[in-house]
Amino acid sequence: MVTAVFLVAAALAVVFSIITIAHRSPVINVLSLVLVFFAMAAMFAVLGMDFLAAIQVIVYSGAILVLFLFVIMLLNIQQVERLGSGRPLQALLGAVGAIALGALVIVAIQGLTPSQGAVLAGSENGTVVPIGRALLGSHLFAFEFITLLLVAAIIGAVFLAKKELR
Amino acid sequence: MSPGDLVPIPHTWVLATSAVLFAVGTIGVLLRRNGIAIFLSLEIMLNSANLAFVAFAMKFAGSADTMAAALSGQVFVFFVIGVAAAEAAVGLALFIALHRLKESIDVDRVNILRW
Repeated sequence: MVTAVFLVAAALAVVFSIITIAHRSPVINVLSLVLVFFAMAAMFAVLGMDFLAAIQVIVYSGAILVLFLFVIMLLNIQQVERLGSGRPLQALLGAVGAIALGALVIVAIQGLTPSQGAVLAGSENGTVVPIGRALLGSHLFAFEFITLLLVAAIIGAVFLAKKELR
Repeated sequence: MSPGDLVPIPHTWVLATSAVLFAVGTIGVLLRRNGIAIFLSLEIMLNSANLAFVAFAMKFAGSADTMAAALSGQVFVFFVIGVAAAEAAVGLALFIALHRLKESIDVDRVNILRW
């Protein structure tokens, strides 16, 4: 059951990620990326990482992709170019290189010993309590630094999008 | 599923999914010319990295003495999502400024710094 859910979610993620990079309408690109993120949230949930599944849906699908949709509507992009149009040599080299990269990684993965998954389903490992303890314990500095990063990003975004940029 | 059952999924499957998604995202970044489409492909690549973190968090969650490593994997996914949020905000603001300047977000038309 767990295996079936994982395989279906992985297949959906791959299919919709291909639609994301290949379709010509930006709105359909973003909406299929939402489905990719939902499939990834399903994978996280089935692997026992409840907290990550929740923030994947809330932060990624709920906040970041809505921002993308807003910008697409703001800039009024109707259709974009076909995948790899205009530069056939560059497109061919890019596709071959990327597929070779993926194949290389998969060959490298073959060399690993395939351990059985070990997150204890139904235990507390993926819930907010141990992750919160780790965040505010051993990772406290990085956690505080993320807040600084977000503030800097917000100020930078406001500055960049202001009208009198020349 | 009763508590204590092992998830019957090898972590290599998760890593393979992550590799495929990363390759798809790379193709998108290399082949698209529209700025927003490149950005969406970049988000796919970030998420495949998250999936790899999760795969190794799974692997190390088995015994009590590697539990800190397993938790670190999940904490890093949290950080990656935070960085992705910051990056999306700044990048989209850049594209808005670019669109105001050039009436287009085609990255081939941004060539002031080229050569």
